Amino acid sequence: MSLLEVDDLAIHFGGVKAVDGISFAVEPGEVFAIIGPNGAGKSTIFNLISRIYEPTRGRIRFDGQDITRLRAHDIARLGIARTFQNIELFDHSTVLANLLMGRHSHRATNVVQDILFLPKVRREERAHRRKVEEVIEFLELEAYRGKMIAGLPYGVRKVVEIGRALAIGPRLILLDEPASGLSVEETQDMAFWIEDMRREMGLTVLMVEHDMSLVTQVCDRVLAVANGRPLALGTPAEVQGHPDVQAAYLGTERAS
Amino acid sequence: MRVIFKTSYDRDIDLHEHGWERARMALLLGVMALLPFVLGEYYLAEAVNTLIWALAGMGLMIAVGHTGQVSLGHAAFLAVGAYAEAALMNAGLPFLVSFPLAGLIAGVFGGLIALPAARMSGIYLAIATLAVFVIVEELVILLEPITGGVGGQMAPSITILGIGFDRYGALANFYWLCLAVVALTTWGYANLLRSPTGRAFLAVRDSEVSARALGVNVTRTRALAFGLSAGVTGLAGALMGHYIGYFNYELFSIFISINLLLVVTIGGLGSIQGAFLGAILITGVPQLIAILRDNLKAGVGIDLSAVPGLDTLIFSLILIGFIIYEPTGLYGRWLKLRAWIELFPLARRDMFRRQKSYLKTERMR
Repeated sequence: MSLLEVDDLAIHFGGVKAVDGISFAVEPGEVFAIIGPNGAGKSTIFNLISRIYEPTRGRIRFDGQDITRLRAHDIARLGIARTFQNIELFDHSTVLANLLMGRHSHRATNVVQDILFLPKVRREERAHRRKVEEVIEFLELEAYRGKMIAGLPYGVRKVVEIGRALAIGPRLILLDEPASGLSVEETQDMAFWIEDMRREMGLTVLMVEHDMSLVTQVCDRVLAVANGRPLALGTPAEVQGHPDVQAAYLGTERAS
Repeated sequence: MRVIFKTSYDRDIDLHEHGWERARMALLLGVMALLPFVLGEYYLAEAVNTLIWALAGMGLMIAVGHTGQVSLGHAAFLAVGAYAEAALMNAGLPFLVSFPLAGLIAGVFGGLIALPAARMSGIYLAIATLAVFVIVEELVILLEPITGGVGGQMAPSITILGIGFDRYGALANFYWLCLAVVALTTWGYANLLRSPTGRAFLAVRDSEVSARALGVNVTRTRALAFGLSAGVTGLAGALMGHYIGYFNYELFSIFISINLLLVVTIGGLGSIQGAFLGAILITGVPQLIAILRDNLKAGVGIDLSAVPGLDTLIFSLILIGFIIYEPTGLYGRWLKLRAWIELFPLARRDMFRRQKSYLKTERMR
């Protein structure tokens, strides 16, 4: 059974059909990419899956469960994590605090216990910290633990945001343009991490990406979209060679 | 410069980074506890006033500094706390029951307001809370049987286990009572900030969309924060009622709301210490100006009391100066000073430049 099934998904903002009839299924352990020109509706699909937008029609199923009507804050608990295109970190906190925020869906204490800081809270904090340390080790963030986000370079913030998503302990991770704004070396690191997420953590990865070198390197299958409509679905090579995809990126050749 | 070697996760979970910091806090508390033996009646009363303002400031700090909800209506929660406390004590409840209840009433009231208001932010929320303030002010006048209406209400004197804590009869006891309340609240507040709830508050302040993606129920979290904020401010209101003794609706004017907002912004948004530093400034500067004026009159022979509005002018200038030159507040200034001393002579002027980014609360969304 597929881990994530998107069926005939659509969202219309007034007359604008941002996403219009997109269907795909992501298999467990797969790295799946959505590509397309600017404004194709890629990030909108992400926002629909993480329930920030209300779809006009269509179904989203995760692990057999219909999540189309769940609220945005219920998604993390199911094991779906995401990053954002324009990094959305908590700027006035440290890297460690940001990563600990990723553990929120696992909290087992209430506000009264927190204010009194009962022994249970401390036990929970230690457990969260151990999990977060695993992420820190995985992404090699040791040097930045106590640093404020506001003072970090862009590339590191990008990694911290992925770390925060991993701290959830997800089964599916949605990466919105993981390589945008990164240097060639940083993009290469990102490719290795995505590989490792799949191999070591057993994660399923769904990503939106423009960098075709990264896509061909790490992805099993690619869905190309344009103007909210699906163009082609297949291996990176197949999709790249598809005439409709080339037309969407480069324009159609005028019949001579 | 102190280098801390962390050997267990507990070092990051503990409230204080090292024993010296803990000792310093104990020393501060000790000195505070000994104040009644050093200060005269007048200054001790001022110290009580500062403590109450710090308590109210901590209340507002939860909303403004830690969840990014600007409120212009916190004087309303002071009023709710003060009137609830007086009414409950007049109904015969002992202080130890009525006081927490007064805070609870203010807190629940604040939480109920916050549920619909949680969708608003920035200037819109500020206006909504201002409306709440106006409604509460009217209610106080209308609910005459409980509040005494325009005439006002008398706060009964406090007795716990036969010991008097009256503000006039036993000021030192009242001071210790306030100190205990403030110390306990500070402890609870610090605990909150190192726990999941406090992190959720910061998450909602800094990025709502990613807070949601991490599983934070934003509406509920904002309502909870606002409720806690109103509750702590309500406790401060209850103490303020006892401190003033006889009060009516005029005590809780819009200027109190604005002064509270100044306490948290000038003290330093997003830090507990800021609430204290702000409270010291707000209650201390008028005193300082008065002392200065008396000295000028006695020593130099210049009588400034004839110039109307001079106090307000000086006070405003100080505030404006802070907002322009030190947006991180008194606490932010202290952190820089401390870093400068610790690194001496290696501190560079541009060290803090990159950190200068405003909280979202400060940008009006």
